[in-house]
Amino acid sequence: MTATVARTRGLVKRYGSFTAIDAVDLELTENRIYGLLGRNGAGKTTLMQLLTGQIFPNGGELEVFGRPPAEHADVLRRLCFIAEAQRYPDTFTPAHVLAAAPWYFENWDAAFAERLVADFRLPLKRRIKKLSRGQLSAVGVIVGLASRADLTFFDEPYLGLDAVARHIFYDRLLEDYAEHPRTVVLSTHLIDEVANLLEHVILIDQGRILLDRDAEEVRGSATTIAGAASVVDSFVADRAVIGRDRLGGLASVTIDGRLDRAERVRAAELGLELAPVSLQQLIVHLTGTDLDGAGDAEGKAAA
Amino acid sequence: MDETRPIFLQIAEQIENEILDGILAEDAQIPSTNELAAFHRINPATALKGVNMLVDAGIVEKRRGIGMFVTAGARGRVAERRRTEFAAEYVRPLIVEAAKLGIDTDQLTEMLRAQIAALGTPTDPESTERIAS
Repeated sequence: MTATVARTRGLVKRYGSFTAIDAVDLELTENRIYGLLGRNGAGKTTLMQLLTGQIFPNGGELEVFGRPPAEHADVLRRLCFIAEAQRYPDTFTPAHVLAAAPWYFENWDAAFAERLVADFRLPLKRRIKKLSRGQLSAVGVIVGLASRADLTFFDEPYLGLDAVARHIFYDRLLEDYAEHPRTVVLSTHLIDEVANLLEHVILIDQGRILLDRDAEEVRGSATTIAGAASVVDSFVADRAVIGRDRLGGLASVTIDGRLDRAERVRAAELGLELAPVSLQQLIVHLTGTDLDGAGDAEGKAAA
Repeated sequence: MDETRPIFLQIAEQIENEILDGILAEDAQIPSTNELAAFHRINPATALKGVNMLVDAGIVEKRRGIGMFVTAGARGRVAERRRTEFAAEYVRPLIVEAAKLGIDTDQLTEMLRAQIAALGTPTDPESTERIAS
């Protein structure tokens, strides 16, 4: 019932001695909204460039709609990649971009594009290089949505967009996705705002996949326990600790895993405070450095 | 939406609350998953998961080609389950906090009586009946 639209096995991309994508195994399923998350320089853009056939891998397997994407017109026609800073010819206006879009996207919906132009109040006749950063982002968002490509990538789509415009983007994306299901990959390091839109989360760090999981499974899958250091330490003794903070005799420890009702009651009776961890906080813990060096040594010293 | 708890659970709870409060009557149609998704700005698959949880619990039912509807007896079922959770989720933390503050059982009972009096008698016949029983 659910088809795979893209698949990689041991995918590698190197730039000189730097490995940007390091043995990545990944599968994208049709009609899902994915979040491709990670810090700056983690490999998000490189991975999307590989998936859209803009660059060649150095190793591994890569298939999109059943074929390697590079130089296969029948695959590329079904893809849309909205770059963080798309370049256009100097004389181009947004009107030119929208006129050219149907040549590349077979599902292009001009009426939808027109509605989006009004929503974003985009000046159609102004030269693209005179547009503000937010207006340039709006051009990308409009093309990405109205293309209705089977597989659409948005690479940090909302730089410079104000809060109102970002919410227009989220609302239109959800509405249109409900009517015309397709696979969408949102790459971002601003996680909190998009967290609820996602069905699946892929976390990449230093070219490797750290997490590839259903968004609902990830949400609330970690818990922070705070209280007197000795009590906290004994409470989390047999748990996978992913973060640890200390303030005098108080400790705040984040564990990977949920607490069941009995454990919650026990924690309350021990006087411990429990706080669930948001997707953004979890990702900070997973890609941060707070378990390296000092934090860990302190934790061991306390134990 | 609370960012830190599974959203499908929150969707299910919210619909249950509306059923308990009588905003959604038995036999009433609940919003579609796309409407829920648009309203809460969440993924439609997440909204569907929340609704399916209510289907499994017999609180809503699918009528082919029309939509999802609140089942007969749904309000009673929701109230029944919430009552079994009440002691663990509300009463027990209350007792633990009271003990921490040195409030003894008599004082706690007196506080509860005073608060109930201040709020007035519950007007909902069903809940009054349950408290009495």
